[in-house]
Amino acid sequence: MNTADHRALPKPFQYVLLVLISALACGLGYAVLSLPDQAIELKGLVEANLEASGVRNPVTAVLLNFRAYDTLLEMAVLLLALIGVWSLGATPMRRGADPGPVLSALVHGLVPMMILVAGYLLWAGAHAPGGAFQAGAVLAASGVLLLLTGKRLTARLTGRPLRIALLAGLGAFITIGVIVMPAGGMFLQYPPSHADGLILFIEATATLSIGAILTALFLGGRTVSGGER
Amino acid sequence: MFFALYALTGIGLFVLGLYSLIVQAHLIRKIIALNIMGSGVFLVLVGLGGRTSSAVPDPVPQAMVLTGIVVAIAATALALTLILRVQAETGRTDLPEHTSEH
Repeated sequence: MNTADHRALPKPFQYVLLVLISALACGLGYAVLSLPDQAIELKGLVEANLEASGVRNPVTAVLLNFRAYDTLLEMAVLLLALIGVWSLGATPMRRGADPGPVLSALVHGLVPMMILVAGYLLWAGAHAPGGAFQAGAVLAASGVLLLLTGKRLTARLTGRPLRIALLAGLGAFITIGVIVMPAGGMFLQYPPSHADGLILFIEATATLSIGAILTALFLGGRTVSGGER
Repeated sequence: MFFALYALTGIGLFVLGLYSLIVQAHLIRKIIALNIMGSGVFLVLVGLGGRTSSAVPDPVPQAMVLTGIVVAIAATALALTLILRVQAETGRTDLPEHTSEH
């Protein structure tokens, strides 16, 4: 196909499509504008039970306590995506450009800072905006920076240690969910007296796993091929 | 009514993405379009979460959006790897127009 030809549809169809999509936009816009000014609030419910959740940040309370099952499945989705990427086989390794002394020095300074920021975000998630996913994203960004400057895990670390890091978050989540069952009676129903510690532990392992999974997703099929430095 | 501004912007992003998803042939453009559609949905959710009696927004839609962002990232990474694979197999970055069975 001609590289200049980005558009697959012939012109008349594009105009028809434009009309259809505009109609959809008007319909959706009308639906939003006709909503009542006051939603059925879940905020009150969250605030009423915030005391028992173990954290003071309502978003973290929803993520890690009230709707913890969603977050558990979300970790599973991340892992599934990585398995999907790895099952597509090894993609050809492209040699990156030489990072040069400035970028290398910058990364050496930045990465410890980013790990520190990730730790702070994880801790802050209990009472302020922050939490495992934000911290994991920062951690993954430092991993991607390291990869871009040509750093690779040694062969000793790519085997079992990497897989443990990838699985730790989901594993800890499920383990704690099952352990609390005799006390609370339900899967993932933390006893309120220990909720803060359990949530912090789940978040800490989840941060590690999210960082590792996102970095591995960036690397794609290039970790399984082996034989790289 | 302030929430409507965010929600309407989200709808705008959603339909822009939907149009590009259909019109563009290049697979990476389709993935970018899908991501823009997703961002539109997130904006609608967060915007509608502001319809509360007080100034504090509803935390439940925010937590749902946070979950959605992570799933979107995972799906995008998988899709990009699929494109690399398609390109390695066929040398093309778009899908064939007609699937003839030889």
